[in-house]
Amino acid sequence: MDYTSLIYAILSMGGMGLLFSVAISIANKKLHVEEDPKIGLIADLLPGANCGSCGYAGCANFAENLTTGKAQLASCPVCGVDAQNKIAQILGVVVEAGVRKVAVLMCQGGEGSVKQKADYVGIQSCIGATFAAGGERACSYGCMGMGDCVAACPFDAIHMAGNGLPVVDRVKCTGCGNCVTACPRNIIELHPINRHVFVLCKNLDSGKNARAVCKNACIACGICEKAVNGEGFKVLNNLAVVDYAVYTKELVLPTEKCPTKSIVIVGDADEV
Amino acid sequence: MSYFLIFISAAIVNNYVLSAFLGICPFVGVSKKIGPALSMGMATTFVMTLTAAVAWLINKYILIGLNLQFLQIVSFILVIASLVQLVEMFVRKASKPLYDALGIFLPLITTNCAILGVALFLVMKEYNFLESVVFGFSAGAGFTLAIIIMAGIREELELADVPQHFRGAPITMIVAGCLALAFMGFAGLI
Repeated sequence: MDYTSLIYAILSMGGMGLLFSVAISIANKKLHVEEDPKIGLIADLLPGANCGSCGYAGCANFAENLTTGKAQLASCPVCGVDAQNKIAQILGVVVEAGVRKVAVLMCQGGEGSVKQKADYVGIQSCIGATFAAGGERACSYGCMGMGDCVAACPFDAIHMAGNGLPVVDRVKCTGCGNCVTACPRNIIELHPINRHVFVLCKNLDSGKNARAVCKNACIACGICEKAVNGEGFKVLNNLAVVDYAVYTKELVLPTEKCPTKSIVIVGDADEV
Repeated sequence: MSYFLIFISAAIVNNYVLSAFLGICPFVGVSKKIGPALSMGMATTFVMTLTAAVAWLINKYILIGLNLQFLQIVSFILVIASLVQLVEMFVRKASKPLYDALGIFLPLITTNCAILGVALFLVMKEYNFLESVVFGFSAGAGFTLAIIIMAGIREELELADVPQHFRGAPITMIVAGCLALAFMGFAGLI
């Protein structure tokens, strides 16, 4: 074996690397751009997940736009209250206290609840199944159960449960909204974490048809509306909706009266 | 005359983007508006020309001189990466709006295969130093030409009534295909 070429290779590559790095470091000194030191400080406080929920190309870009005043701190839904306060201090602005939002799956049509209409053998993706007659579950409003939202979550906060429905980890969820965008059925919504009563159904079919495809569908019977004298629950377009403007603890009541158990308490009332 | 032939060959007949399909990423990525597209083309041309010069020197005096041709790709990438760093610093210093407009595509010139293509082709075609520099410049000019044509068409497309499902990336791909077909007309010119 010829060791000279080995030595030459090491020397020449090392030499070139050295030469270029010296040239670049000189250029770096000469062409140095004064950057606002705040940008670095803020970028360190931001989550760094580059999820893009704020509408800017990553956290560093958002930090830059914050310092120039183009961006609003509130447009980062991921940032915790702690970090927000620190960033506000750096920027010299007062931050409005907001309530953390978390994703809620507005569907209970897992296995055992929803009827199967077919066997789906295509691409294991909800978007894919949308193009193939809407997957295997009979409800055309509900979850298809192939986990596009799980794949879209940058914070590992959504997981598939045994019944084929995604479950949101309300502690880990940052409310970035990536799953909301990923869901082709638009059944994931962002709600403030202090909301606990939900109608977990999006089926707009008449009660009979909705009941025919899913045990837990809202059948628009109106029992919830009567139970609270119309204050807080309304039946609109064959679907009961919670009026969060008059949201009180009383609304917990119809959860027991709902015949299909489509009104559900999500999360713990003590969590913040 | 041969310099002129090299120019026509690299810039038009064997256009890097539309005939050799190198450098498609910035071609699609930065061709939304003519302004940034022109700047991207100029940055790429600059890097290509310098790369051609430096790559030729390295190839001749280090790689061939020391019989180290197997290090060709590694050493060329080293050259390209360093030059792109320089260009990036320069653009950032010279024009912040341009730096923002080019965005991620500026450092990505490093991985633009068209530039490595220039370095590898000039070795393959056994050009002398001056021919190599002209070749690098012409390749960049061809890239600039292609990206500006594309940007011009895409600016018009913004106003066109494109069917909904073809908007954005799909119509861009179709336009790129049509352009490549049009450039096929130059085949056989040289």
